[in-house]
Amino acid sequence: MLSIKNLTASINGTPVLKGIDLEIKAGEIHAIMGPNGSGKSTLGKVLVGHPAYEVTGGEVLYEGRNLFELAADERARAGIFMGFQHPIEVPGVSNAAFLRLAYNKKAEAEGRDELDPLEFDDFIHEKIKLVSMKEEFLDRSLNEGFSGGEKKRNEILQMAVLEPKLAILDELDSGLDIDALRVLGDAVNKLQRPDRALLIITHFPRILETIQPQFVHVLSGGRILKSAGKELATELEDRGYDWVLEEAAAGGAR
Amino acid sequence: MTSTFNVVTSQEYKYGFVTDIEADSVAPGLSEDVIRFISAKKGEPDWLLEFRLKAYRHWLTMAEPEWAKVEYPKPDFQKIVYYSAPKPKKPQYASMDEVDPELRRTFEKLGVPIHEQEALAGVAVDVVFDSVSVTTTYREKLAAVGIIFCSFSEAVKSHPDLVKQYLGSVVPSSDNFYAALNSAVFTDGSFVFIPKGVACPMDLSTYFRINNKESGQFERTLIVAEEGASVSYLEGCTAPQFDTNQLHAAVVELVALDRASIKYSTVQNWYAGDKDGKGGIFNFVTKRGLCKGRASHISWTQVETGSAITWKYPSCVLLGDDSIGEFYSVALTNHKQQADTGTKMIHIGRNTKSTIVSKGISAGDSSNSYRGLVKVQPKAEGARNFSQCDSMLIGQSCSASTFPYIEVQNRSARVEHEATTSKIGEEQLLYFQQRGIPAEEAISMIINGFCKDVFRELPMEFAVEATRLLSLKLEGSVG
Repeated sequence: MLSIKNLTASINGTPVLKGIDLEIKAGEIHAIMGPNGSGKSTLGKVLVGHPAYEVTGGEVLYEGRNLFELAADERARAGIFMGFQHPIEVPGVSNAAFLRLAYNKKAEAEGRDELDPLEFDDFIHEKIKLVSMKEEFLDRSLNEGFSGGEKKRNEILQMAVLEPKLAILDELDSGLDIDALRVLGDAVNKLQRPDRALLIITHFPRILETIQPQFVHVLSGGRILKSAGKELATELEDRGYDWVLEEAAAGGAR
Repeated sequence: MTSTFNVVTSQEYKYGFVTDIEADSVAPGLSEDVIRFISAKKGEPDWLLEFRLKAYRHWLTMAEPEWAKVEYPKPDFQKIVYYSAPKPKKPQYASMDEVDPELRRTFEKLGVPIHEQEALAGVAVDVVFDSVSVTTTYREKLAAVGIIFCSFSEAVKSHPDLVKQYLGSVVPSSDNFYAALNSAVFTDGSFVFIPKGVACPMDLSTYFRINNKESGQFERTLIVAEEGASVSYLEGCTAPQFDTNQLHAAVVELVALDRASIKYSTVQNWYAGDKDGKGGIFNFVTKRGLCKGRASHISWTQVETGSAITWKYPSCVLLGDDSIGEFYSVALTNHKQQADTGTKMIHIGRNTKSTIVSKGISAGDSSNSYRGLVKVQPKAEGARNFSQCDSMLIGQSCSASTFPYIEVQNRSARVEHEATTSKIGEEQLLYFQQRGIPAEEAISMIINGFCKDVFRELPMEFAVEATRLLSLKLEGSVG
């Protein structure tokens, strides 16, 4: 589904990604972990087309297409979703209207019927159950005055509405209490299918107890230093990141 | 930042065409003779000529105001044409069919309904082309309930006492530099009189069009609502695209007697100049409403999108006890546009209330300032004001400023002021795009959300037009 080869990227001329290789197949769940400032959030932002980052080399194929030929909104309509670490607040734009527009843009791109406000109302009322969101949040302005947890709930609601093929979740656990994390983790699991893939970006292994990845990668200094199975997350929980960095330094640049 | 900001903010101005029509114009320049010429041309009574001359003599002693946060070359008042009228084939039109077809086509192109049959249901229109009012629709229907809606010149002839009673009663001819100029040389405009107890059955509207390259537009609008009367009035404006600046210096006076209500809405789309700031209208307008009677109510709603320079402060003088003043404003500037706009709420009567909601949107290299005065005089027991001033910046090189002035001379008054500044930047846009929403639609949605509190004060058709206009004006600006 996603094939990243020797990807390099920089921001304001400073290299942040220094050669990333990663293969993600349908049905897989991958976790990218690493210390703060390692470049793991950058990887997500580059994949969704954040304009501040410049891709300086390498290639990314999404379903066989060159990802960088697609504008950010085209990538989204093609099925790539990002759950943001810090979702923005938009006063005056109702959450429901935003969700409906997003849904209809994707439906239009896929040649499905768009939903009118009444049809969407029925549709969205089913979806909010999945993330245990209170109905009143639909009528409120998009993320305005939402707590950190409510914003994350809203991100996963959007994921449920858009049903992406590839969902990138950036620090989903930040700002969440244990209960909310479990609810959202369960929701994400329910949305996972054999034809979909997940890329979880996280600093803390905690979230990986609920959303269990088959592959864990440690990213630091703009490179993937180590890739292994789920057990690596447990090891990182016990030992922190330093040993991976030291091991990599001892073994040369990679 | 890459091109999306620049693509979304630069739609061409589509009303920039010039109508080729024979005009009856006076040579450029201003003197007592020109004023006498205008007055004679319009067959005015002596008292009105005196009003003009007095204003002119006072104007000569005044200096152009410089306190606003706008920079522009001062107009050369001797190069402006003070009277320009489309030459009528006949002195008086019996119906719209007799109006010059070229002129009719102009308004068709602008989408202004001057044919009653084709008119927007329930809106009567007065059309002002350069210096004169061309036509007014639905007059008979309105006259049946005692409403007078006609051009200002006509009102001077047919209802001289009313005009004499109220002209200059809210904005004295010596009020400020541009109001004095207007009082000296105003050529036409609209006059509305709603008699006691009458609720105007339809929205009234004036459409202003500047066509002549050298002409200034100096219109005068006077709206009087007697006891218990109510009216909703809409104003729209466009101008052709010239690379020189035209001056628009209007005066609007509103008078509301006991329990009367006047709602005045403007969608201003004068030509704003090109991307580099060449050409465009200088919009120096004095608008003021007097809540003269008890429990009277005046509400200004404006959507300012055009003009190279905007200098405009629609205000309310809350004289009657329990009277209410409101100001809802969206001011959008792009490219090199400069706007210094806001309001004055003068609380004189007891328990007077005012609300100010101002939304400034700046894009490109523009400068957008809110300037507002809330003044509570000593006798305004229990006066209350709430002000909300929000600014939104699009891109890196624009600016927004807020200048709130608050003067309270009564201890029982309550005055609240809130202000916010936000930014449409790449993070905001990415969020929308990441949900599959293209940048243009994202900006339009963000801006509409931002302006919602103002748009809901507009009559339906105007709200739709305003929404479309803002999107057009911002096309190309985010990226």
